[in-house]
Amino acid sequence: MNSLLSIKDLNVSFDTPRGMLEAVRNVDIEIAAGMSVGIVGESGSGKTVLSRAAMGLLQGSNVHRTGTVVFDGHELTAMTRPEVRSHFGTGMAMIFQDPMTALNPVRRIGAQISESLIFRLGMSKKDALKRSLELLQLVRIPDAKSMLRKFPYQLSGGMRQRVMIAIAISCNPKLLFADEPTTALDVTVQAQILQLLRELREDLGMAMVLVTHDLGVVAGNTDYVAVMYAGQVVEFSPTTKLFADMRMPYTEALLESIPKIDHPAGKRLLAIAGRLPDPTDRGSGCSFAPRCRYSQAKCLEESPTLKTDPDGHLYRCLFPIGEAL
Amino acid sequence: MSKFGFWLQRVTQVLIVLLLVTFGASLLLRLIPVDLATILIPNGSESEREILRTEIGLNKGPIGYYLQWLGNFVHGDLGKIYFSGGTETVSGHLAKAMPRSLLLMAYTQVLALSVAIPLGVISAYRAGRRTDRIISNVLFVMSSIPGFAIALILIIVVGVKLAWLPTLGYATYSEGIWEHFKHMLMPVLSLSFGLIATYTRLLRADMIASLREDYVTMAMSKGLSDRRILWKHVFRPSSITLFTSAALSMGGLIGGAIVIESIFATYGVGFEIFVAIAGRQYISLQSCVAVIALFYVFFNLIVDIGSGFVDPRTRDRRVNV
Ligand SMILES: Nc1ncnc2c1ncn2[C@@H]1O[C@H](COP(=O)(O)OP(=O)(O)OP(=O)(O)O)[C@@H](O)[C@H]1O
Ligand code: SF4
Ligand SMILES: [Mg+2]
Repeated sequence: MNSLLSIKDLNVSFDTPRGMLEAVRNVDIEIAAGMSVGIVGESGSGKTVLSRAAMGLLQGSNVHRTGTVVFDGHELTAMTRPEVRSHFGTGMAMIFQDPMTALNPVRRIGAQISESLIFRLGMSKKDALKRSLELLQLVRIPDAKSMLRKFPYQLSGGMRQRVMIAIAISCNPKLLFADEPTTALDVTVQAQILQLLRELREDLGMAMVLVTHDLGVVAGNTDYVAVMYAGQVVEFSPTTKLFADMRMPYTEALLESIPKIDHPAGKRLLAIAGRLPDPTDRGSGCSFAPRCRYSQAKCLEESPTLKTDPDGHLYRCLFPIGEAL
Repeated sequence: MSKFGFWLQRVTQVLIVLLLVTFGASLLLRLIPVDLATILIPNGSESEREILRTEIGLNKGPIGYYLQWLGNFVHGDLGKIYFSGGTETVSGHLAKAMPRSLLLMAYTQVLALSVAIPLGVISAYRAGRRTDRIISNVLFVMSSIPGFAIALILIIVVGVKLAWLPTLGYATYSEGIWEHFKHMLMPVLSLSFGLIATYTRLLRADMIASLREDYVTMAMSKGLSDRRILWKHVFRPSSITLFTSAALSMGGLIGGAIVIESIFATYGVGFEIFVAIAGRQYISLQSCVAVIALFYVFFNLIVDIGSGFVDPRTRDRRVNV
């Protein structure tokens, strides 16, 4: 596979007052040009940390990152910050999780979009503003012209999310990290934004990492899925295959927790019982064991390693679904 | 509420504040349990005092007195300085003192801000590292020396030992720009030391908070340089507190620089107040207090207008109050 992004044995931990918090553990992911990979997992499973660490956006003296990230033939983990920066915008770009906090509150929308164009593509201010207008129209913002002069606080969440997408795609990146691009939005806007991302991917041929905690979103929008649990990738497979033949008990539980439209009103939706393990205390055994309906005595002692089916389907379980005991 | 309504409300507030402050000052004056006319002209005869009483309204009740003073004040008559024999007016004194105080304040602010802003930005950017620690130690020392001590040290070292700068007095522009700045430099330095420390710390704290914001990571992900991110994305949203504190300390520097103005014989408004108190010229004191209150209110208004430019979110908020 001719890979665009290759993440090898990536580990991220934070030095916290409560001890080392292992947010991402031994993650390997390969992404080919033009491909779309979903990353799913509960809140706190490490999706955001993984995507930010891949781009090298985690700052601060309490951040420890090991492993290698190679983007488009360049090893980012061996480069200086300005060198890494030279790939941002044009190579990799990111849509941030929270549209309410990711736009600068004191700068006009026009300035925030055209900035990338001016400083990454060397456009003149006038051309950049013209292009910003086109970008706003591309992400279907009504009355785009007046939008240029507005400040983020004057926009709804959905509009801000679109602005963020416009910024992210402004320099035609080869790879777009979309960190829960729709979670903050209501269902109709959600569908519009996903539709928009699909079209943009087709038109621009960009690869995408789609982060979400919703398996339903993954289904129609990705070629591959990586399921994350407690900082690890616990299952990886082509999207269609995952839904047809999942091996990981956690993925099954996640699928069962998807809200159904026809769900009887008033009845609470299922969440997976139990909570994520304490990320500062990674004990032995399978991290999902306390919540797993298939768990056996062995699961508490032995940490499962990633196993590979002949067809390349990966999972991290001692007693995978569909395997005779 | 409309923009006009907002400003109408704001101006009304300002007027009420001014009336309250000036009435308070005038009431305090009348509460002094001695005969004011005797104090103002200690060597005058009883008939002279009687004339004075009717002239400034001391024979009326507190409210009548205040209204008379207010009427005179808005017509530009701020009272007289009586120990000079009643020939000198307070407005005459202030006309001389006010430009000095205003310039002193302006230079002090320009110097303090132009040192504090880069220092604050750098120390936030390098927070916890060596540069930050050095800056913070130096600032700690600077802020623990009181202004008058800095003034005295400057006088001894720069003024007397090295004889580079004049230690006393004031020179107007017309006496030469160079002379003017030579006289201003030491008072300005003495006043700015503490402000530099305060401003730098305010900006550093707010910048550090802003640096943790998502929009900074977002700016990073655009591939912008650190310098651009610091100045274009972090400085402005972090400068509201600094800006407010600077504008408010302007009011304090006018009339509040009593010690420094006295040490260097700059003779600004602060010194005028000092003279009024020492010479028991209470009418002058009352009018000076009123003038300073005017400036406070004025700079407060500047904060109101300016914060809308620094942080647009406050623009609509205040219209919605
Ligand atoms: N800067 C940080 N310092 C310390 N801990 C952090 C930091 N950033 C994230 N974490 C921790 O790392 C873990 C993974 O967080 P992350 O944000 O990646 O989760 P997520 O999968 O994106 O969840 P969500 O769906 O809520 O966005 C969490 O336990 C979180 O508290
Ligand atoms: S290893 Fe055991 S506990 Fe872990 S997911 Fe598999 S069956 Fe469940
Ligand atoms: Mg997240």
